Amino acid sequence: MGETVTFWVLAVVSVSAALGLVFSRRAVYSALMLGVVMLSLAVLYAVQDAPFLAAVQIVVYTGAVMMLFLFVLMLVGVDSADSLVETIRGQRFWAAIAGLAFVLLLALGVGNAAFSPAVGVEGAVKEAGGNVPALAQLIFTRYVFAFEVTSALLITAALGAMVLAHRERVRPKATQRDLARARFAGPQPSPLPGPGTYARHNAIDMPALLPDGSVAVKSINRVLARHDLEDGIRPTDPEKAALIRQVIGKEKAGEPDEAAGEAAAGEGFRVEESVAERNPAVESPAAAQGAPAEDGVAERDSAVAGHDREAAQREEGQ
Amino acid sequence: MTTHYLVLSALLFAIGAVGVLIRRNAIVVFMCVELMLNACNLAFVTFARQHGNLDGQLIAFFVMVVAAAEVVVGLAIIVMIFRTRRSASVDDANLLKY
Repeated sequence: MGETVTFWVLAVVSVSAALGLVFSRRAVYSALMLGVVMLSLAVLYAVQDAPFLAAVQIVVYTGAVMMLFLFVLMLVGVDSADSLVETIRGQRFWAAIAGLAFVLLLALGVGNAAFSPAVGVEGAVKEAGGNVPALAQLIFTRYVFAFEVTSALLITAALGAMVLAHRERVRPKATQRDLARARFAGPQPSPLPGPGTYARHNAIDMPALLPDGSVAVKSINRVLARHDLEDGIRPTDPEKAALIRQVIGKEKAGEPDEAAGEAAAGEGFRVEESVAERNPAVESPAAAQGAPAEDGVAERDSAVAGHDREAAQREEGQ
Repeated sequence: MTTHYLVLSALLFAIGAVGVLIRRNAIVVFMCVELMLNACNLAFVTFARQHGNLDGQLIAFFVMVVAAAEVVVGLAIIVMIFRTRRSASVDDANLLKY
C-alpha cells in the first residue's frame, strides 16, 4: 500500500517534471526539472529495494552531473533562450507523433506481458548479508572484467575532457613586472576611485562623487551600467543617468574614453590573468563575458594592448 | 506493480526522446539524453526485483558510470563548440571543421 502511494505521487511528479524539462524555454529551468526527476527516481529505487543505487543516483546524478550541467550553463550563458523558429518544417509535430507512438508501442507491449508477482531481491541479498555486499560480490566476481573496462573508460573520459578543454597560450604570460610597467606607462597609476565614495550609499552601482559634487566618471562600473542600460534601469538622478548613458554610448561607438578605457583595460587584464591561473578551462568564457569578440584569442587584445605598446617602445629604442 | 514501473519508465524515455528531437540548445538535448538513461535505469531496477537477482541493479550502476563519463566529454565538446562558434545551438554546428 505504501509503495503504491509513493509510486503514484512520484510518477506524477517525475512525469510532469520531465515535461517541464522538455518544454521550459530557459535552460536553467530545464536543469532544475531534471534534478527533480532524478531525485524522484532515487526514491523509486529506494522503494524497489535498491538502496545503493538510490544513494549513487543522488551522489552521482543530482550531485556531480547536475552540477556539471549548471556549471556549463553558466559558462555558456544562462540567458540564451532557445529560438522558436523551426528549421525543419513540421519537426515538432512529427516529433510529438513519434513520441506518442513510441509510448503507445512500449505501453502496449508491457501491458500485454503477464508478470507473475515480483520475486523481490531479498533472496539474492540474504546470502551476502545486505544489498551493498551482494552488489560488491557480483562486481568483483562475475562482472570483474566490465569493472576493469569501466576504469579504462573513466580515465579516457577524464583525459578527453582535459584535451578538449585545453587551449594553447599564444602570447607569453604577463609577469608582475610587465603589469607594473604597463600600469605606470598608462595615464592612471593609482587605483580607480571606488564606487560610492562621498555618495549617499556605497553600493557597487553607485558612482563616486568628486569634491564638487559631480559624478566621477571613472568610478562607474561599466558592466553593471551596461546591464542596467539594457534592462532599462536608470539612476533616479537624471544627471547621473545622462552621464552613464554618455559613457556607455561612447564605449559602444568604439571610441572608448581614453583615460578610463586604459585604466579599465588594466583592471580587466589582472582579473582575467588570475582566473586563468586558477583554471585554464574557465579562461575563455570569462573573457567572453567581458568582450564579445569574434576570435577566441583576440578577446584579450585590448587588455594586452599596454603590454604590446611597451614592447614596441623597447624595439624603437633599440 | 512491475507493469506500472515499466510504463513510467517508457513514458520518461519517450519524453526524453521527444526532447532530443525538438530542442535546439545542445545542453538541453544532453539533459534529455540523461533523462532517457535514467528511464532505462528504472526499467533495469524493476526487472531486477521482478526476477529476484541483482544483475539488473548492477547494470544500472554501470549505466550511471558510463553516463557520467559521457556527460564529461559531451559538455567539454559543447564548451569547445561554444568557444569557436559563440553558440550552443545544434543548428549552428553544421560543419565538420571550425
